[in-house]
Amino acid sequence: MDRILFGDNQFFGVNHASDEKSREQLIKFKSNDSIIKILDLAKIAGVNTFMCTTHDRIANICEHIRKHPADYTSYKIYPCMPYAHKYANAVTELGIMGALKAYMPGNIFSTALKGGMAYLSDDHEKMMELLVDAEMKMFHGIETPVIFLQNVVTDLLLGLKAYGLLAAFHSYIKKKYNAEAGFITMNLPLLSNVLVNLGIKHPIICTSINKEGFRMSGGKCAYEKILAEKKNRVIAMQIFGGGFISPKEAVDYVVSLEGVESILFGASSAGNIQQTISWINKE
Amino acid sequence: MGISHLSIAGANPHVEIVGVCDTSKMVLTFLEKQTPFSVYDDYKKMIDEAKPQAVILSVPTKYHAGMIEGLLDKNIHVFAEKPLTLDAATSQKLAEKAEVLGLINQVGYHNHFIGTFLEMKRLLQKNILGDVYHFTAEAYGPVVTKAKDSTWRSKQEEGGGCLYDYASHVIDLVNFSLSEIVGVSGVELKKIFSKEVEDAVYGTLHLKSGISGILSVNWSDPTYRKMSTKLTVFGKNGKIIADATELKMNLNEPIKGGSYDRGWTTISVGTIQEPVGFYLRGEEYTAQLDYFISSIQNGIRSSQHNFRQGAKTDHAIALIRKAIH
Repeated sequence: MDRILFGDNQFFGVNHASDEKSREQLIKFKSNDSIIKILDLAKIAGVNTFMCTTHDRIANICEHIRKHPADYTSYKIYPCMPYAHKYANAVTELGIMGALKAYMPGNIFSTALKGGMAYLSDDHEKMMELLVDAEMKMFHGIETPVIFLQNVVTDLLLGLKAYGLLAAFHSYIKKKYNAEAGFITMNLPLLSNVLVNLGIKHPIICTSINKEGFRMSGGKCAYEKILAEKKNRVIAMQIFGGGFISPKEAVDYVVSLEGVESILFGASSAGNIQQTISWINKE
Repeated sequence: MGISHLSIAGANPHVEIVGVCDTSKMVLTFLEKQTPFSVYDDYKKMIDEAKPQAVILSVPTKYHAGMIEGLLDKNIHVFAEKPLTLDAATSQKLAEKAEVLGLINQVGYHNHFIGTFLEMKRLLQKNILGDVYHFTAEAYGPVVTKAKDSTWRSKQEEGGGCLYDYASHVIDLVNFSLSEIVGVSGVELKKIFSKEVEDAVYGTLHLKSGISGILSVNWSDPTYRKMSTKLTVFGKNGKIIADATELKMNLNEPIKGGSYDRGWTTISVGTIQEPVGFYLRGEEYTAQLDYFISSIQNGIRSSQHNFRQGAKTDHAIALIRKAIH
């Protein structure tokens, strides 16, 4: 994994520090061109990996990348799935079954699988595989060496102790996409322990790591201890703690941690992108 | 919603999940195959066999009254999702019953556990705004953004509609942070996409403390990514605007012994939110269940998050319904 990964929250109005800023960002990034412009700025500054959710609009960004291969040689995307709000809204709107139908590839209920839904709804691994395939469709032709499970699902399964599905995701990503599975979590100590017990060696985990201990469930000390053990390949996210730590201090803290392999950040302006990258690279 | 309660409770080291009950075969099969929990499709059987000390109830609101009554009769502590029941008098009776029996009782109004709203309540108690003369209580979000087939959310008798759902959170927040709602006027329940229930609730709320303010709630607003709740309080010495992410305050004069200056102060929730042991979707969801669990462990009866508080919100909802008819 590259040392610096570029995130996408800012493009879709996800801002943990302010609802107001969320709205401003949604207005700023209304067009696909405005997103591509920022991605290109980050690319010029040396960031060649875009870690993004499977938001509908990402399909347009992928299309742009496919159309301009010369501009994106060695460019990688790390998809993070599922884009939870897409499913949450669909479930409210259509019910669980309706949502599954809407997002499953093709009409699997009548044709592809004999026995249809009754069979499928009992085979959760198969269902997970079909949903992963549906989410991965938009990335065809693009390098996706790491594929992530979003924290809303990772952590839900963690609390439910449905560990088998975490292992199933991990092995399916390897088998089908020849890629590595990654897990996003807000509960590093718990997840790390579970993945070790599942026999997953050096898993890729993306988790909140910041000076303030923001969203570091189980406590900053527990996180630092796990990082020092270097059993996981950790990507630090939310390094600015949702925007209330001074940016320089925030970066200094994260780069000082030996167990952090990569740093994920997002920004909406050329100045912030260049500044953050130069701070990280000065380590 | 029940599934995230289960996950949060499952991750709590002080909790042993002795049974899970649902009516959906798909959910039950999932839990049976993928989790270590014992599953039931009949809650009475679950109660008899699993003998829980406490129950988390997340079912359509119309079932609350009967189920809670039965649980209290069996001496079981209850955490119920909001609203408490569809009838204010029933809610009041359940509150009294739980108190008489000495059982821990809580309603899932998670805004009580969000740092910014807690800080607002604290500041208002310190009278930082001087004489308060007005407030606006708002929530917007994208639940029903087009006409659709009917579910329980679209049936008022089952606890559907924006008033029981989004608006109950906002009404509760007013009861919790300001003062009890004792009257309503100028109420409008508007259907936007739904056929049988309201998608928006507008009106004026009159509080026991004597002040009044505006309620404006709309769950058919697609310009929001998720539910967004905001409370703005106006006083002679300034105003406070609080949502789940920030608290913004403007003071005409700093108060004596206070740490806030004249002019604007912005507090990000991250700086004041208490951390939790397990995070899923928001600290507040874990914090409210932690509170319930520690109340049971320590025998502390909450006065702020209990059925009695829930009954006050159900009373305000009843006032709004009555104003329409």
